[in-house]
Parts: sequence; structure tokens; C-alpha cells
Amino acid sequence: MIGSVGVVKVGIAQMDVAKAPDRIRTSGLGSCVGVVLYDESKQVAGLIHVMLPDSQLGRSDSINVAKFADTGIPAMIDQLKQEGIQPFKLKAKIAGGAQMFQFTSSRDSMRIGPRNVEAVKLQLKKFSIPLIAEEIGGSSGRTIEFDPQTAKLNIRTVNQGVKDI
Amino acid sequence: MTFHNKITSLHLDVLKEIGNIGAAHAATALSSLLNTKIDMRVPKVEMVSFNDMMERGGGAEKVVAGIYLRIEGDAQGGMFFILPIEQANHFIQKLIRDDDFDFRKSPVSELGLSAMQELGNILSGSYLSALSDFTGLKIYPTPPALSVDMFGAIISFGLIEVSQVSDHVIVIDTTIYEEHMGDTETVRGHFFLLPDPDSFESIFRSLGVS
Repeated sequence: MIGSVGVVKVGIAQMDVAKAPDRIRTSGLGSCVGVVLYDESKQVAGLIHVMLPDSQLGRSDSINVAKFADTGIPAMIDQLKQEGIQPFKLKAKIAGGAQMFQFTSSRDSMRIGPRNVEAVKLQLKKFSIPLIAEEIGGSSGRTIEFDPQTAKLNIRTVNQGVKDI
Repeated sequence: MTFHNKITSLHLDVLKEIGNIGAAHAATALSSLLNTKIDMRVPKVEMVSFNDMMERGGGAEKVVAGIYLRIEGDAQGGMFFILPIEQANHFIQKLIRDDDFDFRKSPVSELGLSAMQELGNILSGSYLSALSDFTGLKIYPTPPALSVDMFGAIISFGLIEVSQVSDHVIVIDTTIYEEHMGDTETVRGHFFLLPDPDSFESIFRSLGVS
């Protein structure tokens, strides 16, 4: 066995899967939401870096499923199924959905963070995936890293230090 | 189909000229504010993926001071002025004559924050009024907002509009730096102009390019 622990990196509007002992991470979440779906017993986790709430917002012919809450979560469930994970075993932890800038404007895109969080929660509910922990809202960017072995989500911010949920 | 697919090298040159004129005016403003020589580089105009956009600012996790405003009117889009945190500290120390000022200290001094806000106001104002004069487009910037945080968290906000159409963004990227510091990643300030996908046609039309 090769003993080194890897970290799977997930970019904005992307998704991927990691198996213990590897961890999975995404950096610089602002209004985006990082959604971790994991199976504790099999120690496998998927991470989606959701950018927009609803694929109905998409105005192009081909869509990148990982970009939207309503397509990313079902796509990740499917991908985990292919890894032999049963959907009913999945649990979720989420982080992000901040408002990086305070504006007076009521423009809809200005409150994209809260809308992303609502859309993610709606999908979790739809697929009966229990939401075990969340660290959402506020006005700070977050870098998150999930360890499938411990099922802990490590969250780092610039001003509020580091914590596990 | 979006304009992204029809863009030619002539279009890119037009966008470069916009970046050039805008940043030159902003650099002049910054130079007289700080009483130091400010240089700028030839603008880069490229279509990049969102993840490449992160690298433009030194990576998603890099801590920066970011000023963001939205442009409304004849052309729409987002505009960022991004400074690496060390450079933001340096500029603000000079502006408020306080060598101890540091954005990383908590709580951050109100004076320093409002100086940064004002710096953003002045620079983005000069960039955009030059843009408006050059193109004849009537544009109305929203009041700039400031955030000191990870670059990825800040810039992704400006990708929301374009992300509804594409996974790539056309960015007009101009960098400025203090002449005596040289042009290195750690001191470089960026202006990122991200026109909304629907706005490219009005920009090109305003300059007689179709």
C-alpha cells in the first residue's frame, strides 16, 4: 500500500469524490455553497461546489450539472451510487452561502448566498438526506476540507479562525 | 447563442483599449493620491474558465482587499479592484499616515477601512469615467463595496451573472504597481472588468465595431 494521504481538490462549479484516507477540499467559498454527501460506514464522500440555486437560471444549451443545486445534488447521488453507496445511507454537511458585500440594492443576484443555501436544503429534503451540520451565511469566505474517515468538516476563515463541524 | 463564440481579435483589441484607458486614468489618480510613481502593464483580455480566473488573483485562498461595484446603464457588468493584503496595508498606511495599520488586525481601524473604501471609489470612478468618455456609453456604477477576504470568495460574486450563460468569462485584466517595487505577484493590484455577456454588443457598437 502507498501510505500518503491525498487531498482531492474541487474547483468552483465542480464536484468530485474521495475515499478514506484521502480528504476532499474546496477553497474560497463566498456566496457559493460546499455540499458534502458522505457515507460514514464506507468512508466515502462527495463534494459539490454549488454556484447557483437553480438550473432554470441557466441560459445555455448544455449545462454543467455541478454548478446548480438542483442538478448537482442528484448527479452526486448518482455518482456515489456507482461507487456502491446506497443513497439512504447518505448524510450531509454544508458550508458557505455568505454575503461578501453589503449592498443597498435589492437586485436578486445580490442575495445569491441565501438563495443557494435554500436550494441546497430543498434538494436534501427531496432526497431525504439528513443535514448533520451547517456553517452558513455571514460575510466571510470559507475554505472547507472533509475527512471521510472521521466525517468531520474542517472550516477555515480569514477572520474567525478554524473549526470542525 | 452568446457573443462569446463570435469574438474576434479586433474585438479583443477594443477591449484591451478599454482596459488601457481605464487603468491609465486610475493609475494617475492613485499616483497623485499617494505621491508615488505608479506603473501599469499592457492589459490582458482573455476568455478564461472560472478556475483560471481564481489563479489570476493569486489563487482562491489568497487574502486580498477587494472593491466591487456593479455597472448599470448602457453596458452592464462587474468591476473589481483587488490588492494583495500586504499592498493594501502599505497604501493605507501611506494614506492615513499610520505605519501600524493592518487589515489583518482585529478590529480593523475604521479610519483605515473608510480610506480603503475611498481609494476604491476614486480608482474605480476614474476607470469608469474614462471608459464612459471613450465609448460614449452612459454607465452608472453602484456605490463600491469593500471586502477583505479570500480572493475566490470575492471574485466568485462577480461571476454570478456570466455563470448563468457560460462556464467561461471574458476578463479585462489590468495590473498596476508602484514603480520602485517592481511588478511582482505580491504587490500587484488588479482591475478586473467583467462585462455581462449581453453587454459586449453595446460596447462594440459604441465604438463602431460589429
